[in-house]
Amino acid sequence: MSLLEVRDLRVTFTTGRGALRAVDGLSFTLDRGRTLSIVGESGSGKSVSSLAIMGLHRDAAVEGSIEVDGVQVVGAPADQVRRMRGRRMAMVFQDPLSSLHPAYAVGEQIAEAYRLHFGAGRRAARLRAAEVLGEVGIPDPKRRLAEYPHQFSGGMRQRVMIAMALACEPELLIADEPTTALDVTVQAQILELIARVQQDHGLAVLMITHDLGVVARAADEVLIMYAGAAVEHGPALTVFAEPRHPYTRGLLNCLPRLDGDAEAALIPIPGNPPSLLSPPDGCRFHPRCAERQERLPCAVSRPLLPQPGPAHRAACHLLEETR
Amino acid sequence: MAGFALRRVAGLVLVLLTVCAATFAIFYLLPSDPALQACGKSCTTERIAELHRQMGLDKPVWQQFADYLGGIVGGRTIGTGDLAVRCGFPCFGFSYQADRPVWDLMVDRLPTTASIAAGAAVLWLVIGLSVGIGSALRKGSGLDRSLMAATLTAASLPVFFTGLMALYLVVQVAGLLPFPTYVDFGDDPLGWARNLILPWIVLALLYAAMYARLSRSSMIETLSEPYIRTARAKGLPERVVVIKHGLRSALTPIVTVFGMDLGTLLGGAIITESVFGLPGIGQLTIDAINKSDQPVVMGVALLAAFFITLFTVLVDLLYAVVDPRVRVS
Repeated sequence: MSLLEVRDLRVTFTTGRGALRAVDGLSFTLDRGRTLSIVGESGSGKSVSSLAIMGLHRDAAVEGSIEVDGVQVVGAPADQVRRMRGRRMAMVFQDPLSSLHPAYAVGEQIAEAYRLHFGAGRRAARLRAAEVLGEVGIPDPKRRLAEYPHQFSGGMRQRVMIAMALACEPELLIADEPTTALDVTVQAQILELIARVQQDHGLAVLMITHDLGVVARAADEVLIMYAGAAVEHGPALTVFAEPRHPYTRGLLNCLPRLDGDAEAALIPIPGNPPSLLSPPDGCRFHPRCAERQERLPCAVSRPLLPQPGPAHRAACHLLEETR
Repeated sequence: MAGFALRRVAGLVLVLLTVCAATFAIFYLLPSDPALQACGKSCTTERIAELHRQMGLDKPVWQQFADYLGGIVGGRTIGTGDLAVRCGFPCFGFSYQADRPVWDLMVDRLPTTASIAAGAAVLWLVIGLSVGIGSALRKGSGLDRSLMAATLTAASLPVFFTGLMALYLVVQVAGLLPFPTYVDFGDDPLGWARNLILPWIVLALLYAAMYARLSRSSMIETLSEPYIRTARAKGLPERVVVIKHGLRSALTPIVTVFGMDLGTLLGGAIITESVFGLPGIGQLTIDAINKSDQPVVMGVALLAAFFITLFTVLVDLLYAVVDPRVRVS
């Protein structure tokens, strides 16, 4: 059984201008020791999905099914999901400075979750905090426990966030754009760190990103989201080598390639993502799609990712499997 | 930390010196001549000149200012000859009207004002913060909206209105409480509280309304911070998230305002004291102004400035304790 099973996830926000379905029918599974990257533009629903898995939505309607190690999160009592947070599943956020409390020493912020979930005393929790700080590569961890987030550099702060996530030995680690706020040189170090702790602990890692470079470096599998739904899902290398969905091809065309023609122009995808308050009929990508065909129902019916289906699949009328 | 505290205290002294010079200049420039007032109706030019000499008003202004400052620091003798009086430390001069050292007058009045301020402060903090935080946690609900409407009403009612209404309804009509007079806390703690409860409530109502609105917006802002999401992601119970992680940050702006408000109030709750006829610093100020009792006006102005700057410094020091980022920089 997979550690994480998401089936037909729907997340709906009630706004002043009507219902906004930010995630509409997302399904995937993730095994221990594997990394799945969810890729998409801002507003594609990737962060909303990750917050739903953590049970952190407070004013959105979450439907469908999310099982973490066989335990249902959707519709479960709030207190039961709270006990799983930080313990079974932990999360690392985008901007480590604003995600750490400015007024508490990092040692306290790490130890607090350990005390809560394991009923540990202050001394034991402090030791554990120093241990995980050392594990994520912070030199002299015992001394740095007493320091505050502003006394750390950006990369070190993200290491603190990762240490905090690891403190209670979770099985699922969700990293929401963990390198976006960091310098390029530090990004690589953080990705290496996540890969290392994943191996050491056999973690299932869900990596949310808009950066295909991060995917190529870190992910086993990749799931491409567009306008609240998955459009392509498959092994990372295969998806990069043979993208099946026009949107994925569009994303890859936006990237410069070291092995490509230096003269070749980067081709942006024309237009903007649709408003999710009134998504287009049919395929949500069809208004921007360069490959859409009049003979196909692109503008009429919405293609869905085959469930179950081949390891590498896409939701597009151009493909046999979708029809 | 010690250097930080020292710099703040040095700043306090500088501010007080400036206030001192400013008030002194203002009163020196005023047309009213204290000698003329002291002399009465049948006054001769010689008598006025003599009074000037006795009061030290014939000296150059910088000399007078230096004498005044010297008196505050170490006491001084005012006047010459038979009329010379010793004004002990700290000497803020003599009241023309009461013929007593200004310091003694202020010391007499301060317990009343301090009692009003302290009791009201406790009330408004408790009420204001509970309403504000409760509203923030139920943002947009019916409770939130009615509480905020209530605070808007309370904030717009002036003390002279609520005070008189309270006196009329509670004391006059219902007869539940005596008309407030000041009873010393040491003599009769219960009587002290019974007499001050109405002024406390009336004054606290106004401040509680402002503090409720302030703490509500501060709390809402804090609860939307990413580090609050982190706290929830750790699995902390909502109570810990709100109190330990939310309130800690949300209180910072409230501490600032509270320090200033308390400092200002200690300089005299003028309207409240007037409405309830309580003999505090505020009443002293009003009387002194009405009677052109310049040494007293200067004294209370300095006292008010002292409290405000003192509490500002205290807030700064408290900030360094609350926010580690201040401590380091």
